[in-house]
Amino acid sequence: MPLRENPNQRGQNDEGQRYYRTLTRNMVLTIILVSFIPYVIVTAILLYQFHASHREKVIAHLEGLVKKHKQNIDAFLKEKLGNLSSLAKTFSYEELSNEEFLKNRLEMLQQAYGPFFVDLGVINARGIQISYAGPFQLVKASYGDSGWFKSAMKREYYISDVFSGLRGLPHFIIAVRENWLGDPWILRGTIDFVAFNNLVEQIRIGQTGFAFILNRDGELQTKPSYPVRADHEPYAAILKREKRAEDQVSTFEWTDESGVKSIYVTAFLKGGDWVLVFQQKVSDAFSDFERALRVTMVVLALGLLAILTTAFLLSRRMVGRIANADREKHMMNEQVVETGKLASVGELAAGIAHEINNPVAIMVEEAGWIEDLLEDDDFKDGANLKEFRRALAQIRTQGKRCKEITHKLLSFARKTDERVLEFDIGEVIQDIVALSGQRAKYSNVAVKLNLDNALPKVRLSQAELQQVLLNLINNALDAMEKQGGSLEINSREEDGILVIEVADNGPGIPAANLGRIFDPFFTTKPVGKGTGLGLSICYGIVKKLGGEIEVASTVGVGTTFRIKMPLEKIKAKGSENGKGE
Amino acid sequence: MPGRIKLLLVDDEEAYVNVLANRLMRRDMDVTKAYSGSEGIQALRGQDFHVAVLDLKMEDMDGIEVLKIFKKMDPKLKVIMLTGHGSAQAAREGIALGASGYLTKPCELDELVELIRKTASKEV
Repeated sequence: MPLRENPNQRGQNDEGQRYYRTLTRNMVLTIILVSFIPYVIVTAILLYQFHASHREKVIAHLEGLVKKHKQNIDAFLKEKLGNLSSLAKTFSYEELSNEEFLKNRLEMLQQAYGPFFVDLGVINARGIQISYAGPFQLVKASYGDSGWFKSAMKREYYISDVFSGLRGLPHFIIAVRENWLGDPWILRGTIDFVAFNNLVEQIRIGQTGFAFILNRDGELQTKPSYPVRADHEPYAAILKREKRAEDQVSTFEWTDESGVKSIYVTAFLKGGDWVLVFQQKVSDAFSDFERALRVTMVVLALGLLAILTTAFLLSRRMVGRIANADREKHMMNEQVVETGKLASVGELAAGIAHEINNPVAIMVEEAGWIEDLLEDDDFKDGANLKEFRRALAQIRTQGKRCKEITHKLLSFARKTDERVLEFDIGEVIQDIVALSGQRAKYSNVAVKLNLDNALPKVRLSQAELQQVLLNLINNALDAMEKQGGSLEINSREEDGILVIEVADNGPGIPAANLGRIFDPFFTTKPVGKGTGLGLSICYGIVKKLGGEIEVASTVGVGTTFRIKMPLEKIKAKGSENGKGE
Repeated sequence: MPGRIKLLLVDDEEAYVNVLANRLMRRDMDVTKAYSGSEGIQALRGQDFHVAVLDLKMEDMDGIEVLKIFKKMDPKLKVIMLTGHGSAQAAREGIALGASGYLTKPCELDELVELIRKTASKEV
């Protein structure tokens, strides 16, 4: 539909543009808000839920692991203590003082439980090692001043912290105190540091998870996989804690000086003397979550992008449609006004024509009267007689012209004659083609008629049929006005149906418009050239006559309008077959 | 039709009636002027006419009504109607009511004279 623009509409158009821009923006914002908020909230909730449950699971797993190992280590220590205790209780001080016998016992222990015991020694109340079985030369070694001996003498069982001692290698001691003839003596075993270390070292999770044992003084009891500064936080804080119940495992997070956040799982061992620490970087511990978070963020971002795109495209398209609808409404209003104006102009013209007819008639007759009188003898010799005659003839001529003008005005305003007449279709078509002949010639359009002369006479309002055909022919000529072309009008009978076709090879009608061409006020012609009523009037008339009108059009090929009317309804009475003469 | 034609001219446009009457009288007709439908009826009461020329559009009475009355008063009276353009419907109605013919106003005097003479010479 051609858009017209006249100067006083331009301001309005700017305002319109602004209005549609605001409308688009509001729609985009609304769509984005309505979609974003729930989308983001739901994602956040799910993420939070997942994070919470994942964290719970990971921590539960770590705590379970630490607890299991704590139990394992405690059990290990208890077992080793049990080994020594049963040895000391089963055999006498004298028997164990025999080095060969002791060696024998050590071998048996190593065979039964693995190479955990490095050596065994029997020490008397003064701290002198009476006998020794093991790889070192420690017979007669004196432990009288060493801390572990003093502690061991005070209680029945004793497990030392790790220390280097006389042999210069990290180890720890398990000691059992017994009495022989009133004097206490001690059976002690040394636990292989490497073997014990393995118990803890095998706790490796992810890339950064590892475990180690500290004693109450913050000294490392095992060798951690990564360097640990046990005198720094958070270890000091762990050690400061009250001794916990045996089975309790505690978990916390701590960010170190370099900003790395780690999770710590701790459990007290050895009745609270040692603490098993498992630590892992948070990013590693919750790496599954981090991965899920990354994937979610990517999906979220893509989703938001999709919403954004959709919001823009959708809003633009919607507003485009609204703008179109508004434009059409606006045009329709204009055309309604235009049509109304035209109708009132027609009525006015008809009134004026009627009113003017009488005065013109009088003037013409008065002129005629003077002509009559001039024929009398009195005037025969008048010098200006010829000139009088010429002037009077002129008055008559101009009067006739007025009459023609008023007749045209009246024809324009006249309503279509609805009277039903009997007539021959072919003749009517020929009459109309003759009417349009001049225009067709001017537009360089060749008119071709294929009329079936055997068609029966019909009973219709001739004027209405003429109007329909004239509209269709005029439309075809309008379409071909620029390039010329050929106009073909066919009439024939098909199974009792009268078919009239008006076909042009003009530019054709775009498919988008094809469905609307019969709508009132739909026009593709510039304003003032078409009212958009022609085809809708045709449609109305053909429907009223009990027929159908259809259109087939291909852009670049041409357009064919086809009127179909059942002959049964419109056939003239007494006109059965052939010409109804 | 022997002798002069006796004509009754009915139109509410006085100037038109006057000039038309002058011209027709000059063409050997006895013309009686009536400036309205009722004047026409009155004139017909007083004497007989061969032909009446009747404007269909008058202020006081519809021409068709006047025609009906004329035909009732004198069934032998021949009536020629003058109509405005586009009122062919009214003219056809008039013919159905017994009018002899019609002309569209403004008409050529020659046409009118010819139609009057023809109508007058016709037997009813």
